[in-house]
Amino acid sequence: MHEMSLAEGMREIVVEQAQRHGFSHVRILRVEIGRFAGVEKEALAFCFDVVMRGSPAESAVLEMIDLPGRAQCFDCLQEVDIVDRLDPCPLCGGNRLLPVGGDEMRIKDMEVS
Amino acid sequence: MCTVCGCGDTPKIEGQANKTEPHTHSHPHEQGDVHQHAHEHAHADGHSHSHPHEHAHRHDHSHAHGHAHEHSHDHDHDHDHSHGHEHGHSHSHDHGHTHAHNPLHPHHHPHAHSHAQPLLHFGAGAAGVSVAGMSQARLIAVETDILAKNAVYAQGNRRVLRAMDSYAINLVSSPGSGKTTLLCKTIEALGDTPLAVIEGDQQTSNDADRIRATGAPAIQINTGKGCHLDGHMVGQAMDQLRLKPNSFLFIENVGNLVCPAAFDLGEDAKVAILSITEGEDKPLKYPDMFTAARLAILNKVDLADACGADLDAYEANLKRVNPAIEILRVSARTGEGMPAWLDWLQAQRIIKSSPQLA
Repeated sequence: MHEMSLAEGMREIVVEQAQRHGFSHVRILRVEIGRFAGVEKEALAFCFDVVMRGSPAESAVLEMIDLPGRAQCFDCLQEVDIVDRLDPCPLCGGNRLLPVGGDEMRIKDMEVS
Repeated sequence: MCTVCGCGDTPKIEGQANKTEPHTHSHPHEQGDVHQHAHEHAHADGHSHSHPHEHAHRHDHSHAHGHAHEHSHDHDHDHDHSHGHEHGHSHSHDHGHTHAHNPLHPHHHPHAHSHAQPLLHFGAGAAGVSVAGMSQARLIAVETDILAKNAVYAQGNRRVLRAMDSYAINLVSSPGSGKTTLLCKTIEALGDTPLAVIEGDQQTSNDADRIRATGAPAIQINTGKGCHLDGHMVGQAMDQLRLKPNSFLFIENVGNLVCPAAFDLGEDAKVAILSITEGEDKPLKYPDMFTAARLAILNKVDLADACGADLDAYEANLKRVNPAIEILRVSARTGEGMPAWLDWLQAQRIIKSSPQLA
């Protein structure tokens, strides 16, 4: 999708946090990625390695945590978890689901030294 | 940037010097010496020294012959450099440029420091951050959206639009769906209604030229290799357009059904244009964009018979990925369906300016 932009956004956040908290090295960086965020995880891992060079997160381990896709079913009106964007409603089998969660792209925390 | 389409190149915005070239800049001082901001200064006594300049850092250096001079850099990046020179003349220079750091429209002064990613620059360079005595591992909770900065720019754009009682539409589609033709016809039909257009493409100002030929003000943004517009690019273009009150702002995004879905520009609504030559299952193939859109325009319906297009199947697939989406069947070329589109636009603006209707 736009993983290089995301990696650059992450670098800015890392640098800002480094200034605020006074650390020089990030060992592990944990991000939460919703299933509907449109992020290709392999591409993000690749971009992360490239973009973080020369930053405190150079050679940091990137851990990606999947967040479930939440959707509102327009047939049974329930909010349900789905894995793929076009999955039917697990409760009623309906096909009209509108995503209401799962587009997160968030840095959760960092282990630093 | 996509690893697929390789964006990340420097965008160009018409009428604006490219701000992103790495450069040095120099300030003449009282004594006629020159202090270069990137960071070399030559002094009157003939010596010069250079040091890398980064924000939020301190650098202390002293010279054996040491004259004391102080610069007070008026910009708000806490750096703290003292030079101790001792050969007896002292001067102070004050190069008062202020980085006001309004997060909504940062850096509107004509020089920019060189950064890895100039467009989302808040003055936080990739600074040297090593702090002595800090070696213990610890966990820092961050909980920050990766696109938080884009959201700040988008929010700034939204505030400007609200202040101008204006309504912004982010037009998204594949390349070749007929966005620009639809826009030209829409501008003609809107007559005296104030409006402005931002055109996003990788290259050329062809689209902005087509819009300007209708008499409407337009700014072209070339994203270089970029696959989407972002909030900062649009904010800069809006500054140049100087919207009139009660305007429509049409933002024609880069033709791409993937990346622009994720970048809030501060628009009031995304409108997806889907031409009926593209295939009935396109909404299923690219669900994100049609999920993000409030309205889908099925364009080129005049070609439906010739192409054997099943318009009901298009609509069913749109509703499948976004049960709340509104759909209009339009042919920008013949004018079919245009009145409904114009009514939709006018209704959206009335709803926005009348909170009791929203």
